[in-house]
Amino acid sequence: MQTLWRVMGAAMIVAWLTSCAPQHADSHTLTFWTIGREGEAITQLLPEFERENPDIHVVLQQLPLTAAHQKLLTAFAGDSTPDMTQIGNTWMPEFVALGALQPLQARVATSQVVRPDDYFASIWSTNVYDGVAYGIPWYVDTRLLFYRRDMLKAAGFDAPPRDWSEWRRMLAALSHPDHDRYGILLPTNEYDQLTALALQQPDSLLRDGGRYGNFESAGFKRALTFYVDTFRMHEAPDITNIEAGNPWSEFGRGVYSFYFSGPWNIGEFRKRLPASEQDDWDTAPLPGPDGPGASVAGGSSLVVFRKSEHKDAAWKLVEYLSRPQVQDRFYDLLGDMPPRRSSWSQGSLRDDPKAQAFREQLERVKPTPPVPEWEQIVNEMQLVAAQAVAGDLTIDQATAEMDKRADRILEKRRWMLDRPQHAGVSL
Amino acid sequence: MNRQHAAWMFLAPAAIVLGVFFLVPVIGAFVLSLTDYDLYALADLHNLRFVAFGNYWALLHRPLFWAALWHTVYFVVVAVPLSMIVSLCAALLLHSPLARCKPFFRTALFAPVVTTVVAVAVVWRYLFNTKYGLVNYVLAGVGIHPIDWLGDPHWAMPAIILFAVWKNFGYNMIILLAGLQAIPADYYEAARIDGASAWQQFRHITLPMLAPILLMVGILTVSGYFQLFAEPYVITEGGPLESTVSVLYLMYNEGFKWWNLGSASAIAFLLFVIMFVVTACMLRFGRQESEA
Repeated sequence: MQTLWRVMGAAMIVAWLTSCAPQHADSHTLTFWTIGREGEAITQLLPEFERENPDIHVVLQQLPLTAAHQKLLTAFAGDSTPDMTQIGNTWMPEFVALGALQPLQARVATSQVVRPDDYFASIWSTNVYDGVAYGIPWYVDTRLLFYRRDMLKAAGFDAPPRDWSEWRRMLAALSHPDHDRYGILLPTNEYDQLTALALQQPDSLLRDGGRYGNFESAGFKRALTFYVDTFRMHEAPDITNIEAGNPWSEFGRGVYSFYFSGPWNIGEFRKRLPASEQDDWDTAPLPGPDGPGASVAGGSSLVVFRKSEHKDAAWKLVEYLSRPQVQDRFYDLLGDMPPRRSSWSQGSLRDDPKAQAFREQLERVKPTPPVPEWEQIVNEMQLVAAQAVAGDLTIDQATAEMDKRADRILEKRRWMLDRPQHAGVSL
Repeated sequence: MNRQHAAWMFLAPAAIVLGVFFLVPVIGAFVLSLTDYDLYALADLHNLRFVAFGNYWALLHRPLFWAALWHTVYFVVVAVPLSMIVSLCAALLLHSPLARCKPFFRTALFAPVVTTVVAVAVVWRYLFNTKYGLVNYVLAGVGIHPIDWLGDPHWAMPAIILFAVWKNFGYNMIILLAGLQAIPADYYEAARIDGASAWQQFRHITLPMLAPILLMVGILTVSGYFQLFAEPYVITEGGPLESTVSVLYLMYNEGFKWWNLGSASAIAFLLFVIMFVVTACMLRFGRQESEA
């Protein structure tokens, strides 16, 4: 019994202490959530910001990429959002619909630093809803081709592919599955690759204002056919990135001649491959069905939460991180590509030959449909696509199934849009 | 104050705690399962619809739910007997008078239970790797072609079963070991004098004496294994081709990944009903056995 009293007493003291403790240590503390590796790199950029703004103290919290989306939503549901965060721009529609984000349009209009016309247009547009900007692009992330220049040359190709038919010829020439050699690595649980191929088509991925899936369109079927054929012709192994294990060293050993991936891999390949192999690989913009093609407009933006009590301080940090010189340093630290054209015209980016393909690709990126359900739809799309790759579904069956799943997910959205006024939620 | 009031006074703290932390959330979750609570409703409660049993109806029409249920049942049907046999064998070995270094082996065999599933799952993922994994290396030694353990939809679940049995058998082993130690030695002595072989002793003394404990261990294991989640979550992420999506994994995805809390609660209640029926059947079966 005595122990019980002691435990209860201790619990009461803890409860009393926590209720007394102020929510924020002091009024100038800015909490900033970062996702993945950006959190490590930014620690080197913050001292200068804190020198310039001695009254602001930034507290960083790093979220792992796999748990970030969930953690942000939970924070919103639990009313414990930080002052600001980075947010993947495919997640933007969701948080805008939730009303979690502070509109930044007025601040952009008067800013000396953030100039919308300096940003790549598609990237900027992923942050704008009904003409109001809710986030400032921080870095961009698009997918394109890493390729083994030496292996292409040995197979008789002097330049990377410019269109699908050329690409197909190269994949066929470079694939020898019985010798464990494949043209390309396309992990079957990553949706970005198929999405990029689909965005190169004239048909949009959803129809009727995001009310229904549009996967049965001719364009998407063409993209899916190209994707699935790559596996059926054994030009890519039918594996997920869990089994791919260490794609960098396998790329170095020539298991894959192409690797369809994002800019962070420039840094990875520089780090993981020996110096003697550094001239063997290069990057190339994505080939399209006929000529240079589009790719996904991914990346992260900086957003301020509506509930934040330090919006001015948060905006100062957004402006600081948006400066071209700071973005350039950020690129040096991590390889994350800046979203502003002026950041590309200076420093190491201008002189980096391996970044140039990204510069070119960024002028040709397309955003995914701006509906909150997109993340869920694209996941289902990839699950069905993986079934098609495994040979369980034909192209027609797969696209019909994708539309069926998308329509089910979008049911609530249709109901919301068809109501006389959609209460308080911007769609 | 009469006796009844006094009794209630003493019960009240426990009853309140149970009510607040158990009953209210369960009722809340049930109400939630009758609505389409999702992201939009999270933003504004006006976007909440009462759908009665619509979530349940929709789930019963979703192939993925049936697939997840099938994967879970497959897991339970294969892994529970396997797990019980392994733990019984381990307990018998540890109980054997011939065994040496008992405390060491007891600890070693129990170790997987207390290590975190995430840490050991990472290790097992390497063991199962098609190209570099130790499992295939050993199989190659006896002339078996490499198996794509985690990449082939047919092998992913067996791989998870192997992992889960390894991870969990120690817990049952300890309970069964306690049960074995509670069987009086006189019975064995009498049986030996009557000339019973080791197998006969096991068949006619150990098993019947252990039956109630085996039933309890069985029920614990079944209800534990129906809640299969961490293993596929860490090792395969539900893949390949959703072949390791369990009911609980589906619920987690619906609820915490996509915030369709209404539909996730419906899955939870369907799983509860299934588990309730299965354990009730097991209990009834056990009672009939003991009466017979």
